Amino acid sequence: MRFSDPRLEPIWDKVRAGERLSREDGLALFQTDDLLGVGRMADHVKTRREGDRVYFVINRHITPTNLCVLSCSFCGFARKPGQAGAYEHSIEDMVAMVRGEMHEVHIVGGHHPDWPFEYYERMIEAIHAAHPDIPIKAFTAAEIDYFWRRWKIEPKDALSRLKAVGLSSMPGGGAEIFSTRLAKLLKYTGKADPERWCEIHGIAHALGIKTNATMLYGHVETLAERVEHLLRLREQQDASGGFVTFVPLAYQTAATQVVPRQTPPTDSLRTIAVSRLLLDNFPHVEAYWVTLGEETASIALHFGADDVNGTLEDERIQHLSGASTPAGVAREQLFRMIRDAGKIPVERDALYKTVRVWS
Amino acid sequence: MTLTTTARISREEGRHLLTDAPLLELGARAHEARMARWPQKVVTFVVDSNPNYTNVCVTDCQFCAFYRKPGDREAWTLTVDEVLAKVEFAASKGATTVLLQGGHNPVLPLEYYLTLVRETRKRFPQVTPHFFTASEIHTMAQVAGVRFTDILDRLWDAGQRTIPGGGAEVLSARVRTRIAPKKGGPEAWLEVHREAHRRGFKSTATMMYGHVETVDDLLDHFDSIRGLQDEFSGFTAFVPWSFKPGNTLLEKWIKHYQGPNTYLRMLAAARVYLDNFPHVQASWFSEGKATGQVALHFGADDWGGTLFEENVHKAAEYVNTISVDEIVTLIREAGFTPAQRTTEYEILRTY
Repeated sequence: MRFSDPRLEPIWDKVRAGERLSREDGLALFQTDDLLGVGRMADHVKTRREGDRVYFVINRHITPTNLCVLSCSFCGFARKPGQAGAYEHSIEDMVAMVRGEMHEVHIVGGHHPDWPFEYYERMIEAIHAAHPDIPIKAFTAAEIDYFWRRWKIEPKDALSRLKAVGLSSMPGGGAEIFSTRLAKLLKYTGKADPERWCEIHGIAHALGIKTNATMLYGHVETLAERVEHLLRLREQQDASGGFVTFVPLAYQTAATQVVPRQTPPTDSLRTIAVSRLLLDNFPHVEAYWVTLGEETASIALHFGADDVNGTLEDERIQHLSGASTPAGVAREQLFRMIRDAGKIPVERDALYKTVRVWS
Repeated sequence: MTLTTTARISREEGRHLLTDAPLLELGARAHEARMARWPQKVVTFVVDSNPNYTNVCVTDCQFCAFYRKPGDREAWTLTVDEVLAKVEFAASKGATTVLLQGGHNPVLPLEYYLTLVRETRKRFPQVTPHFFTASEIHTMAQVAGVRFTDILDRLWDAGQRTIPGGGAEVLSARVRTRIAPKKGGPEAWLEVHREAHRRGFKSTATMMYGHVETVDDLLDHFDSIRGLQDEFSGFTAFVPWSFKPGNTLLEKWIKHYQGPNTYLRMLAAARVYLDNFPHVQASWFSEGKATGQVALHFGADDWGGTLFEENVHKAAEYVNTISVDEIVTLIREAGFTPAQRTTEYEILRTY
């Protein structure tokens, strides 16, 4: 492989030999002009691990409430009690949202001011009882930490109790970007800090709960801060080993004005590629098409990503469009994205158990 | 296969590039070819508009959602003054290129076309009349009962210097017989560009893929235009785009989707294969802005135009708009220096 930037050559030697990349390597990968050079290395790693397979999951997102005691600058979702648009779902409502064909329920919500921990416990229990075959991936480390802040329930106890009633895994949200500077700047100091976030994932891993990890990028962070974030995750994975997928999240500008535009697709492709190269101990790197857009997610399958997620859109809209079933529509769109990249769609459940290879 | 070679790419290598070469290796190779030709990281764009003078057409192409048959209730033809009003609108918005095209209208006299060129030159000297594709030139010749070369001479005398590359579709007899039988074989398009180049006109070459073509048809297309370019170097740029099936006769036959990866492969393969083409255009308009930005790393060095007015894709229910400010931002975000150019790729302003 030849590179237009000679700095990439020693990195390629390491990648080929399966050696771990350094902080300096990570920074060089983010800084180089040779975008396709970075992409080719990541594609090599992805192909070595997964061949032409690309995973997707038909899942349903449930957000129990948008009430939140926090005021993170980048969030366009949270509401205060009494504010227009604030809502709280009942457990019955949430159980009713899980219908049709799906292989994951994803639950993340605001830090509700008053709901007791038992409400969350009953929520998982009720959904699990109604759909024992559908894995439930619920509550970020920030929410688990909030159960401690609000109700003094130790994360280990909270996670053990949730697991006992049907929790199968944890999403990777709430990590934002591991930086004290940015936590202050973007006003997310009121939630789990990097050490606490990693500690809680470590506890989950020790309990046999698999988890994901995220990074919110494309706002006001530096490239060095991105590298630090990735290396901290790699270190945690060395220690506890339970991360399954890394999901870089492109900052969405619609509701807030931290930056005027979403970061360009070239930056997202590069971030996915560098993640694949630095996170040598993570099984999967995801191109989450809902935040990237269909085009960029599809191209990202050549830049190291091996997963596109697959969230169902609003079911009413899909029925209006005359579609057969929501899952059928979602699959058609995911097949388009995956097959245009020349890859093989593999439908999975929340824990990467293969549901079906759609060859 | 090595990454760089100064030798011309063979047809078999071309087949490999269009089918199974790893996409990013192909892209890197195309980018290297682009940087070898244009070492500065400049990406050009043109301020332009694409109005149409008539939708009346007798050619019945299967891929077209824009045309109406003569006498149709929705058929329309603009007067010379109406067309010039559109040119004036484009000029008032800063356009330096007006790409004017229309259906193959059997009743318009030659003087109509010549007046459009002459008056545009006279009234809007800052605007290049980038008018009339090859098949329209053939139509003019048939209606006027003269040779198409005579039409080229008359257009030249009226002040026209460039010809748009539309209507090539895929330059393969098999494909054109299937999707555009009344447009003639590949030679109908090629001969107009050949004779135009011989007279000093510049033109572009387009390719619309993603319908009934095979890899061999695409290679025929590449071979035809590369061969012609060897003769006169009259092509400024190659511009591929994917077929948009909405509202066309082909719609029910074409089920496969032409996505961003297919586009990037087409573009990069063209940059490597068409070694004698100065420019390759990223079609933000037809492929989307995100894919357009990525395409700048796959061999493209031009962003196309602002397209203040566009009606042909719109007829297929495909709409996309952009401003100069947004173009400048998109090119910068992708890591390049934006520069406004003329129809003939002379730089007017670097941002």
